[in-house]
Amino acid sequence: MKMVTAIIKPFKLDDVREALSEVNVTGITVSEVKGFGRQKGHTELYRGAEYVVDFLPKIKLEVAVTSDQCDRVVEAIQNAANTGKIGDGKIFVYDLDRVIRIRTGELDGDAL
Amino acid sequence: MTRMKSVPLLCTLFGLPGLAFAAPPTLNSGDTAWMIVATALVLLMTIPGLALFYAGMVRAKNVLSVLMQCFAITGLISVLWVVYGYSLVFDTTGMEKGVVNLASFIGGFDKAFLSGLKADSLSYAIPESVFVTFQMTFAIITPALIVGAFAERMKFSALLVFMALWFTFAYAPVAHMVWSGDGGLMWDWGVLDFAGGTVVHINAGVAGLVAALVLGKRHGYPTTPMAPHNLGYTLIGASLLWVGWFGFNAGSAVAANGTAGMAMLVTQVATAAAALGWMSVEWLLHKKPSVLGIASGAVAGLVAITPASGTAGPIGALAIGLSAGVLCFFTATTVKRKFGYDDSLDVFGVHAVGGIIGAILTGAFAAPALGGFGTVTDIGAQLWIQFKGVAVTLVYTTLVTWLILKLVDLAIGLRVEAEDEAQGLDLALHNERGYNL
Repeated sequence: MKMVTAIIKPFKLDDVREALSEVNVTGITVSEVKGFGRQKGHTELYRGAEYVVDFLPKIKLEVAVTSDQCDRVVEAIQNAANTGKIGDGKIFVYDLDRVIRIRTGELDGDAL
Repeated sequence: MTRMKSVPLLCTLFGLPGLAFAAPPTLNSGDTAWMIVATALVLLMTIPGLALFYAGMVRAKNVLSVLMQCFAITGLISVLWVVYGYSLVFDTTGMEKGVVNLASFIGGFDKAFLSGLKADSLSYAIPESVFVTFQMTFAIITPALIVGAFAERMKFSALLVFMALWFTFAYAPVAHMVWSGDGGLMWDWGVLDFAGGTVVHINAGVAGLVAALVLGKRHGYPTTPMAPHNLGYTLIGASLLWVGWFGFNAGSAVAANGTAGMAMLVTQVATAAAALGWMSVEWLLHKKPSVLGIASGAVAGLVAITPASGTAGPIGALAIGLSAGVLCFFTATTVKRKFGYDDSLDVFGVHAVGGIIGAILTGAFAAPALGGFGTVTDIGAQLWIQFKGVAVTLVYTTLVTWLILKLVDLAIGLRVEAEDEAQGLDLALHNERGYNL
């Protein structure tokens, strides 16, 4: 099993969610996060006082998938979140050891 | 406040001898109705208008502290006004036209605890009770304006003591000198201040600068970002100030008449011009027009037209508003940064500078030759009178404010602990948070 974590632009969330449904992903976890990469921040100006804002708002989404599903999921996220402009984000893939569904105690593939 | 009505006011109110020619006043229900509304409008300027204007500009951890300060000042000054404030400003015992004595600077205690006030006492053609309350709302907003200069770092206890003293030793004398009638120092000079450019805005604005200097900068200023946390509040606050200001300026006619109507018109015109003026200069120099900018410009225009609102015409108002919008932009942005003082919410840059621009230009635009409705014929002479009024207020308020702050600092300390400042005054001083989301 794999854990796919993606950092994307906030306004791309709906597109990514639809793309993931199409490849049969049945559950994702989403967080509002801040960070910076190559995109850098922006400046804000209040009555002449200029502030550089380094951290930009992003969405982090986490998807647990079976190993054979992984490539399609990564591809779906990459296509849906791509705008071609700097700041589109990144996708990280990790190995996933165990999954347990809390309500039933089902394990691994059954719990996904 | 209105010069033309002063004689009947004084002779009837205070029974001055030698003025028996004035007919006894009768209550005018139209005037009374308008002044009750105007009084409510001026109170609306402080709570919630000014409170929200300021609350939006501070950081989220201090939002309640400025709301609390404005609200507490409203309570404190209302009580002091009844106990001795109204008397110190409007007791005219011992005043005589052309004579400079102690009574030219400050009133006595003959009207303390509103002594002599009855339900049928009259001021002008309205109940004196309405006049007392109307004037009370001016006494409230003036100290409340200063809050913006030392926002995010003053002890609440020190603030209350400072405000009580400042109201007593700065507001009351200046208001008395300008507004109390014949024998008042600046009244006798002929200073034109219809609704309080000198008494309210220069007074509070200068006190703000002194307070910002005495208290010192907030920790981390100007390198740490201290962006306004909710400019929506600030715009709502500025809008309430704009609306409430019709009570402030048109109400200063103390009548529902042509002067009040013209005051309303010029207030709207000057404010609009100043808002556009600030927005345009900011757009040119900083590349983007901002909400904080247009709201600040509107307030600068309201401030500047205040002293002129009883005498300027609409074209004078355009000129006054535009000048205030542009010049206040430069003080709040360039001048403040160059000198490095932390007048946190620009009380000096907007109120003192806007007030001075307005007070001086009042001398010019009161002249019928420049579209005004005043009696000014020699513009140069009136400008000199206006300048004297500004200068005396500047010097007097600077000294008194500095002295009060030093005394309060010695007695109980002005600033919160560094740790409390970092945590935010809401939790540190009030055990509350503005947002529990």
